[in-house]
Amino acid sequence: MSLPTLWFVLIAVLFVGYLFLEGFDYGVGMLLPFVGKTDQERRAILATMGPVWDANQVWLITAGGALFAAFPNWYATLFSGFYLGLALLLGGLIVRGVGLEFRSKDRRPEWRNRWDALIVIGSAIPPIVWGLAMGNVLHGVPIDQHMNYVGTFFTLLNPYALVGAIAAVLLFLLHGALYLDLKAPEELSLRAHQTAYRVGMWATVSYFLFVALSYFYANFAHKLGVDPGPIPLLAGLSMIAVRFLLPGRRRGWAFVAGGLTIVLSTASVFLALFPRVMISSLNPHWSLTIYNAASNLYSLRVMTVVAVTVLPIVLAYQAWTYWVFRKRVSLKDTFHY
Amino acid sequence: MTGEGLARLQFGVMTVYHFIFVPITIGLAFLLAILETRYWKTRKPEDRKVIDFFGRLFLINFAVGVVTGIFQEFQFGMNWSDYSRFVGDVFGAPLAVEALAAFFLESTFIGVWVFGWDRLSPRMHAWSMWLVAIGTSLSAFWILTANSFMQEPVGYKIVNGHAEMTNFFALLGNPQLWVEFPHVEAAALTTGAFFIASISAYFLLFKKEYRDWFLPPFRIALVVAAVGSVLVVAIGHEQAQHLIAAQPMKMAASEALWHTSALHAAWSIISLFNPATHHTWFSISIPSMLSLLAYNRLTGRVQGIAEIQRLYTHLYGPGNYVPPVLVTYWSFRLMILLGTLMVVVAIWGLFLLYRKRLLERPRYLKIMIWSIGLPSLANIMGWIMTEVGRQPWIVFGLQKTAQAVSPTVSMADVAITLIGFALLYATLGVIEVRLLLKFIRIGPEPQDHEAVSTNAGLSSLGEL
Ligand code: HDD
Ligand code: HEM
Ligand code: HEM
Repeated sequence: MSLPTLWFVLIAVLFVGYLFLEGFDYGVGMLLPFVGKTDQERRAILATMGPVWDANQVWLITAGGALFAAFPNWYATLFSGFYLGLALLLGGLIVRGVGLEFRSKDRRPEWRNRWDALIVIGSAIPPIVWGLAMGNVLHGVPIDQHMNYVGTFFTLLNPYALVGAIAAVLLFLLHGALYLDLKAPEELSLRAHQTAYRVGMWATVSYFLFVALSYFYANFAHKLGVDPGPIPLLAGLSMIAVRFLLPGRRRGWAFVAGGLTIVLSTASVFLALFPRVMISSLNPHWSLTIYNAASNLYSLRVMTVVAVTVLPIVLAYQAWTYWVFRKRVSLKDTFHY
Repeated sequence: MTGEGLARLQFGVMTVYHFIFVPITIGLAFLLAILETRYWKTRKPEDRKVIDFFGRLFLINFAVGVVTGIFQEFQFGMNWSDYSRFVGDVFGAPLAVEALAAFFLESTFIGVWVFGWDRLSPRMHAWSMWLVAIGTSLSAFWILTANSFMQEPVGYKIVNGHAEMTNFFALLGNPQLWVEFPHVEAAALTTGAFFIASISAYFLLFKKEYRDWFLPPFRIALVVAAVGSVLVVAIGHEQAQHLIAAQPMKMAASEALWHTSALHAAWSIISLFNPATHHTWFSISIPSMLSLLAYNRLTGRVQGIAEIQRLYTHLYGPGNYVPPVLVTYWSFRLMILLGTLMVVVAIWGLFLLYRKRLLERPRYLKIMIWSIGLPSLANIMGWIMTEVGRQPWIVFGLQKTAQAVSPTVSMADVAITLIGFALLYATLGVIEVRLLLKFIRIGPEPQDHEAVSTNAGLSSLGEL
């Protein structure tokens, strides 16, 4: 595998890790006031992600850093092009991050309500923005011969991308509900389970609507034909599997299947792009590819050595924290958040 | 104002804001780790309560540090896309390593520390705070590696109009890094130490019932503050000497030295000048001091702005190579003034401690309480001097700031985000300060804020 390809794969892995891990945190954040009725319940819900959400978020930061280092042109075009969208995303992450820490630092119900509402909004914004980004990246955006994005913010709000945004929000809601079914106190987990069932229906519908639209709007449609290949196919199948696992309350398996959908769908998006990274809708020759966007080979080699040595250690201690905090949260715990 | 100017204002505002919280986090993490290691030896319940107390303050600060940092990671692409294309090969690497090797460490183990009090062995729990502390300092190291490249590019070559990395170890061995990192690290430890010393002084002075609880953290913080502030000043001197060789224009600007000095260069404590006409009409200075600072001896010329401007026009082509002198001069002056004050306050405290007179000196304790802001102010001044003094370059000698901005991002977009984030940050800042004050007032034995849940009045969003 050539180094640019390897780094393309590594970036995909970082995004997959981010969307899988932080995905359920977003879902949990969005569901906070819907599954948690009393204050103690809400604190219990936050406790399910308390020890891990910050580290999960670092997957995104690392993806950003890796993009900068391995594909500076991709980093530059993507973030200067999706300027306001990205600003919105960052605003959401800021409000959500401080909200988690601040909400229980004051007893007044107005205070807690306000932060709860901000946590919901801040958790909904990232899936919306990533959904929009996915739709646009797959469709192609106006990029000129100097690799600069020449559209406006409203170019990004096309119907295809909007369906993508809706599908992403619903998918993360489902993911969060399935996670709560596993980790929240028993009393709440039933409520989470019912939410998952109700949301899951709409998530499945919008998910397949987006897939169907991709055959018309996505730039890669011609590449595929009717058979999309094993990975997208498995993504669709695991989405359907969630539906069948839910009634029997096979919570572990339902969470795995829902998570697999996110993992495989993200992988499919990256596969569909390869070897391009940003498609120009103006002229195919102006697209950014892993070759014209990449850093020089020496840089990539250095980064590879670092990633290969450090990433396994990171994975090991992150796995260890999930092990330490494996116990289901109980309403009788004392809560930090 | 131009688009470039707006983008610069935005970068400056966002980054300075981030750096208000950063040094407090770095310093506090180390001191908390020391306090916890000590706690597991003494096992006194009050020591644990003091750790919990400072832990609460730490986490409030940490939260804002983290969220403002996320913005930093992406703003090079947003506002400085031509810069990102130009140096990404070199500059991106330390940023990526920072995330991989430092952010994961600190963010994972902060979660373990907060939620793991009764799930981990004492040793492992203390280790998790040590790992957070190590993570924050590693993060400083890597981001300063990136920043040092902008001050003093090394280990690269220019290919097809952009910089390519040729030697990673040259980046790590950058002489600029090895003055900048120690200076910032010592400054950060000092900032955390003053934070703890000042708050402890408040309890020693006003909450007599907690005197015995806050004496140990006060003592430890005072030692760190004294050692740290002396180190910052000493390394700062080292840094100024490096600057004369590496970026003489920045040094000349921070001295408002319009023309090359005489053989015995004087150092001005205060000068009033008109930056447009290059006329200095009032100045108090110490003879030969600048030569001493620059070369460790009493003689030696220091190059002036006009001469360097002439040299640079010759080297880099026509253009204005003079940074904003007023800002550079005064930020440097203020940093030095604040540094001197910090050394005095810290050493004075050590002296009183040694003489066992500390508790009889309410005036000193009051001064210590008010000193909490000195290091933060010095930190800001230091960065303003470093970054503004480098202008018009974004990467010294290679790329000008004007060539670095995103060509297709409109001024309106930058204005919207600048105003939006400035308002958001201002609000967060107010809330954070109020929370900190509140928890300081509540003290180490909170009665009512935690563990009490209220259901009355919770919004019924859930019924929707
Ligand atoms: C000298 C130290 C230093 C400097 C100059 C900077 N930072 Fe910073 N940053 C830290 C030291 C730090 C830290 C101590 O590691 C923080 C502060 C609070 C925290 O939680 O970690 C942090 C947090 C932090 C985070 C959040 C990490 C997390 O979620 O845990 C990001 C993404 C950045 N920073 C990125 C940047 C960028 C791109 C900078 C340059 C423009 C920058 N920081 C300047
Ligand atoms: C956290 C501490 C830092 C502070 C407080 C700080 C402060 C500033 C300020 C005040 C400016 C505006 C200068 C001007 O407009 O004249 C600036 C510019 C800039 N700095 Fe820094 N800086 C910091 C760290 C960094 C780091 C670590 C990097 C790189 C990794 C960096 C890269 C830049 C860039 C790209 C600009 C924009 C171009 C410019 O205006 O010069 N800064 N910074
Ligand atoms: C008398 C004492 C001091 C001297 C002589 C001094 C000297 C310097 C110099 C020359 C620079 C610019 C380096 C460059 O542009 O490459 C600098 C930057 C800086 N200083 Fe100081 N300093 C002193 C005290 C302090 C104190 C007390 C603090 C904070 C607690 C501080 C924090 C900083 C920071 C954060 C920077 C920016 C980062 C850097 O370039 O290192 N300094 N200092």
